[in-house]
Amino acid sequence: MAGLDDLYQELILDHYRRPRHRGTLAHPAIIVDQHNPLCGDELHVTVCLDGDRITEIAHTGEGCSISQASASMMSDAIVGHTTGEALELIEHFRQVMHREVQADEDQLGDAVALEGVNKYPVRIKCALLSWMALKDGLLTRMVDQQESR
Amino acid sequence: MPLAADIDARALRADFPIFAPVGDREPLVYLDSAATSQKPTAVLDAMDRYYVETNANVHCGVYALAEEATARFEAGRDAVARLVEAPREGTIFTKNATEAINLVAWAWGVRNLRPRDVVLVTEMEHHSGIVPWQIVAEITGARVVFAPITGDGELDLDWIARTLREAPVRMVNVVHVSNALGTINPIAEIARMAHEHGALVLADGSQSVPHMPVRFADLEADFLAFTGHKMLGPTGIGVLVGRPDILADMEPFLGGGEMISDVRTDGCDWADLPWKFEAGTPPIAEAIGIGAAADYLRHIGLEAVRAHERALVAYALDALEDVDGLRVYGPPDPDRRGAPISFSMPDLHPHDIAQLVDRQRVCIRAGHHCAKPLMRTLGVNATARASGYIYNDSADVDALVRALHAARAYLGG
Repeated sequence: MAGLDDLYQELILDHYRRPRHRGTLAHPAIIVDQHNPLCGDELHVTVCLDGDRITEIAHTGEGCSISQASASMMSDAIVGHTTGEALELIEHFRQVMHREVQADEDQLGDAVALEGVNKYPVRIKCALLSWMALKDGLLTRMVDQQESR
Repeated sequence: MPLAADIDARALRADFPIFAPVGDREPLVYLDSAATSQKPTAVLDAMDRYYVETNANVHCGVYALAEEATARFEAGRDAVARLVEAPREGTIFTKNATEAINLVAWAWGVRNLRPRDVVLVTEMEHHSGIVPWQIVAEITGARVVFAPITGDGELDLDWIARTLREAPVRMVNVVHVSNALGTINPIAEIARMAHEHGALVLADGSQSVPHMPVRFADLEADFLAFTGHKMLGPTGIGVLVGRPDILADMEPFLGGGEMISDVRTDGCDWADLPWKFEAGTPPIAEAIGIGAAADYLRHIGLEAVRAHERALVAYALDALEDVDGLRVYGPPDPDRRGAPISFSMPDLHPHDIAQLVDRQRVCIRAGHHCAKPLMRTLGVNATARASGYIYNDSADVDALVRALHAARAYLGG
């Protein structure tokens, strides 16, 4: 199937078939649900923190190969970072999807393979679903913390 | 190979410019006519000719050019009225089927629904048959109640009969042919039950009027909504057919020019039907286009269209059984279903299916088909949907099945 290999790279298919960080964490600091109104796909993300550092992420839900692989790759890329670094990384990935910058492999890890999705406008939302869910969760937590101060 | 004697889909394709071969590109296998149909030259030319030969506003000009534009616009209405054998004064142009349903919800619903009244919709309704009533229910205090479907994707008529007996149902909004299941609903039977209990019936004919003989009187419904772009016509125009006696009692939906007979500083008088419901400059080229589409369909014959599609669906249901694990939703009997065929494949998301078969230029739909309550009932987020029309034949189904096998091989391994 010539032409589709950009979209369905072997690395993406690997994360789709063997998703990393799949599941739900006990006692998460952040819980967030996101859905794609276009296709009805749903995603549930849980995050554990040690201070400001993200120690673990888990995701469950139903979605296409791109959204599932992206959630897996995102989790790989984000774990170990602080919440501030995570927000920067999410912004970088968003810019890659909108063809504003070239993907930085050092930062994105396997998620760099998703760069080709930006040639398929309808699928960009699939790739962004988990990243936007995490961003939502991180920002909501920041607002909650500021209010409780 | 023609599927039924009356239609030769291959030959008909010559009427549709989009199917013209381009270099050595693979031929287009268009199986998404439930979303929108392709357009024949007859429609495109009729619209073009309006702009080129007679462009002028309708109804108010006294010069010959404006009279010609008005004549062609109103001839479009006559052609549509002829197609469904509706009275012309009850044939109202709207923007689309959605606006036609909104017209009834606002112009009839807001003024007639009372707190605790029931608007009965169905679990297989398109969002356009649900959301307008939810909005109007919020204003009036009425309730929107969903009629359930059976395991085969048909309406539970006993449940509907019981609800009509026991609840103060004032309106039944029911899809004639489900865009997501293909189910053909017995509108006349439902309408007879509804009328016995004083409820009105709005049938959504978006997926039936383009595909089978539909006579407004035979439906026994009070309103029938459908849209131009699914019946070989342009986007931007839909139709509400209504019983003239009910329409005459209704207040307008939108106000403005064209829909009045007099405007004074202390009030105004409405224009006669159907113009009372057509505020502002109408979509003139589109009305001419939908008229040309109606004439084209009548020329082929809606009996022939239905016979062709029934054969196409029977062929497809059989052919799809070849694909491992593929599940088709809706009635298994081709006699009980229209053109759309929704399906799912294990471990293959509908998005991926639609993306992968597109590599062979096979166009199918993936998503919730604007029927999220139905998707919840089916227990899925989305399905893939193939929907044929007069220009599709068994070779298109074969191409789809080959592409599905290839998609499975590509992502399954």
